[in-house]
Amino acid sequence: MAKEKPDLVYGTLDMLILKALQHDARHGLAIADRIQQMSKDILRVEQGSLYPALYRLEAQGWIKAEWGLSDNNRKARYYKLTAAGRKQLASEQEHWSRITKGIDLVLSGA
Amino acid sequence: MPRLRAWFSRLVGLFSKNRYNAEMAEEMRQHVDLLTERKIADGMSPTDARNAALREFGGVEQIKEAAREQRIWRWADEFVQDVRFGARMLWRSPGFSILAILCLTLGIGTSAAVMSWIEGILIRPYPLVAHQDRMVALFGTKQGTTEKEGLSYPDFRDLQKNSTLFESFIVDRIMGTTLSIGDRAERASGGIVSANYFDVLGVRPMLGRGFRPEEGEGRNAHPVTVISYLTWRDRYKGDPDIVGKTQFLNGVQHTIIGVTPEKFHGTFIGYSFNFWVPTSMQETFDSTGYKLEDRGARWIEGYAFLKPGVTRQQAQAELNTIAQRLENDFPETNRGHRFEILPLSKTPFNAVANLSSTLGITAAVAFFVLLIACANVSNLLLARSLLRRHEMTMRLALGAGRRRLIKQLFTEGLLLSLIAAAGGIVVAYWCRNALVLVAPARTPGITIDYPGHLDWRVLALSVVVCIGSTMLFALVPAIQASHVDLSGALKSEGSGMIGGSGRSRLRSVLVFVQVALSFVLIAGTGLVLRSLVRMQNADPGFSTRSVVVSSVDLFSAGYKPDRAKIFYEQLLERIRALPGVQSATLARLRPFSYGVYSSAPLEIEGYQPPRNEQLAGDYNEVGEGYFATIGIPIVTGREFARTDDENAPPVAVVNEMMATKYWPGKEPVGQRLKVKDKWMEVVGVAKNANYRTKLEQSTPFFYVPVRQNFFVQDNIIIRTEQSAAAISNALAREVHALDANLAPLDAISLQEQVDVMSYTQRLAVALLAIFGGMALFLAAIGLYAVMSYLVSQSTRELGMRVALGAGARDILQLVLSRGLRLTIAGIAIGGITALLLTRLMGNLLYKVSPRDPIAFGLALIILLAVALLACFLPARRATRVDPVQALRV
Repeated sequence: MAKEKPDLVYGTLDMLILKALQHDARHGLAIADRIQQMSKDILRVEQGSLYPALYRLEAQGWIKAEWGLSDNNRKARYYKLTAAGRKQLASEQEHWSRITKGIDLVLSGA
Repeated sequence: MPRLRAWFSRLVGLFSKNRYNAEMAEEMRQHVDLLTERKIADGMSPTDARNAALREFGGVEQIKEAAREQRIWRWADEFVQDVRFGARMLWRSPGFSILAILCLTLGIGTSAAVMSWIEGILIRPYPLVAHQDRMVALFGTKQGTTEKEGLSYPDFRDLQKNSTLFESFIVDRIMGTTLSIGDRAERASGGIVSANYFDVLGVRPMLGRGFRPEEGEGRNAHPVTVISYLTWRDRYKGDPDIVGKTQFLNGVQHTIIGVTPEKFHGTFIGYSFNFWVPTSMQETFDSTGYKLEDRGARWIEGYAFLKPGVTRQQAQAELNTIAQRLENDFPETNRGHRFEILPLSKTPFNAVANLSSTLGITAAVAFFVLLIACANVSNLLLARSLLRRHEMTMRLALGAGRRRLIKQLFTEGLLLSLIAAAGGIVVAYWCRNALVLVAPARTPGITIDYPGHLDWRVLALSVVVCIGSTMLFALVPAIQASHVDLSGALKSEGSGMIGGSGRSRLRSVLVFVQVALSFVLIAGTGLVLRSLVRMQNADPGFSTRSVVVSSVDLFSAGYKPDRAKIFYEQLLERIRALPGVQSATLARLRPFSYGVYSSAPLEIEGYQPPRNEQLAGDYNEVGEGYFATIGIPIVTGREFARTDDENAPPVAVVNEMMATKYWPGKEPVGQRLKVKDKWMEVVGVAKNANYRTKLEQSTPFFYVPVRQNFFVQDNIIIRTEQSAAAISNALAREVHALDANLAPLDAISLQEQVDVMSYTQRLAVALLAIFGGMALFLAAIGLYAVMSYLVSQSTRELGMRVALGAGARDILQLVLSRGLRLTIAGIAIGGITALLLTRLMGNLLYKVSPRDPIAFGLALIILLAVALLACFLPARRATRVDPVQALRV
């Protein structure tokens, strides 16, 4: 299975990709850029895990890929969220905030 | 819709893998290009930018592989890939593949065939009969005895009327008649059956109809018959207008009302019936009188169908209640009589009882063969997986997962076993009725029918066995292969040691198991073979060589006793006048026949039976000169003479056993015994003989003159130097001369008659010999494969030894001793197993101990010889190892 970079909590990459695609369709590099930008350069997506994750999400039916043209007129594969993907994003976000709240409570506890 | 399309596109993706891969490569190339452009924009030189982008992106191939693994259809994708690859690998080493498939085909085929026999004979013996799972055999028992008896017709009617847990009852009585065709008579077997017989069995006649309810009753009122398909085809040449035509059966004109479908042979397992008549015609076919209204006459065999959901226990309980009520209502006929039901496989009245133990052993043996075949293929796969270790190691090094490798080996195994299963099913299909071929019991005129039944259950079981065996033989090498030590394995091949390594332990175990199983089979075959030889050589107490037997069916021809007496008198005179005939006489029963000897309560003068035991004895009615003709010596006194006729005082000849039992220390000649209210004087003592089978215990037995106890239906016993065939022709002529309407049955030698009765042993020998031979062959292949492999693995060591001065002899010895050590260990375990298992063969053995040293010794020698041969070829190869080649890394 794909190895996760230590700076990403295991299993969160899928959620981040879905989030990055929330408003726009993007190609692979743009997704990596978007995550990096949204996290203010704290998170960097390793290309080695990006593509396996994309294929995995596509196989689950959460994102959809099609060929398109990039800003500088290059052929690129664009990914966009499907309806199922949106639902999945919402539920993962909800799940994530519950977990982090819990972890916060534990860590800040006396 | 979109979901469906997505699914479809994935499915397409599976088969258009190249396009899929191309897309993936394209996407990644674009990604790298974009990164490069960005870096150029940041001020890097194009070359540096490209290198940096590639570095950042990482190993393209690894990412592709990882991405591919994310696909849901990956398993299917890989499976297709594995199947393709596996097929290619199998194709590339045809020797291995053919051998492996052959082994498995044999193993699966034999076990499926044996299962089809068991299914066809023991479990669902009647093709075309519906609901056989609810069908049971029904018979009577008498308290205080273990003997099974039939039912009486009135009891059968009462069971029908009074039971609530049974759907239906039928009764069926086997009988024979003689159909004359030209100048030869042919025995035809028929069934006297209840009128509901065909309806209850769900067998619809192919032509015409079955019996109507009213045709079952009324003394001799309904001369109608349903004939079998085979009789219709062979005897009536498939006449399409047969229904309505008539046929004389036992002198009564019967109307043929129907023809059964091809696959229906009746309900007597092992035989195929020619015709059926309703119970109303019983008297016509039974020389012992009218029985339809006699509650005491238990002459007919029953079957019953349970209602759905009723257990045998519940049904048995109801039968007990009914039997008790009948006992109260009819004490004089039913006291102490009960009914009992058993599953069809335990039917007491037919060939099943003889066959079931043989079939049980056969099933075990077939299972052994399958195990050996699996061990073999496992061995072959293992040997190959080790030969392919380099390939495996390489693939592991290139990043293939261990699970993936196991899966691939497993797929190869599955591919092998699927091909073999297909082959095995074909083999089973061919062999489904082959039991008849190895069954030597061919009574003239009686069709033996051992139906195999290859239905979905047999096939399902075969498939399960097949998949199970795949697990067994493919998984082990696969797991082993996945434990390859990368660095070690890549370094060099052929560095193993003869004699000791952990890896070869498993292979040794496999060979060991094979040798052990083969030993059990060969020893078992030896035992059965020896007991058959013993039985063949055992003296039955009469001469089998120059005695020929035949008979003329006077009862079926409607002869009354007076006419029959004259006929026999004239016929015997003519036979005695034939050239080469020394003597000829009559006997009601020939020895070793299926017939039942007369039996009667006895009273012995001067003998007090212990504890009011009821004395009874079996006897045969024989003509003058019987003992001289058949070759049973008279010990004291005389044998029967012409003068012992109706007008002379009744006499008897007893056997030695009877003489010592009832008159110990006294002179038996002159003593008197009472048989059926008739006092007889003992005039002679005959040597003991076998009367029914060679397996029987010696029992008291006696003979009475047929002239004083006449039966219309007798056998003709002829002592002659002529062949049975020659006598047959002469006999046919003489019979024809006396009565143009009569024809004798084919004359056979007594030897042939005796052989017929030892058919279970012969069957067991045939089956065990076939399977034992197969097992031996498979084990030899296994041993050869292991030794070849060991030698090829240890070329380095062997080369070293040669370099250090070992001669060809030493090398030969080394390799042979290794192989023989394995064999001897296997034989030791096999010997112990065989000692434990052969005890279960008790009832197939005749005067041979289950631990017979000769059979065991023979198995030992055969296996050692085969092992030596199997090891010798690889060993010779080992002596040719070139040290320079072998030591070069």
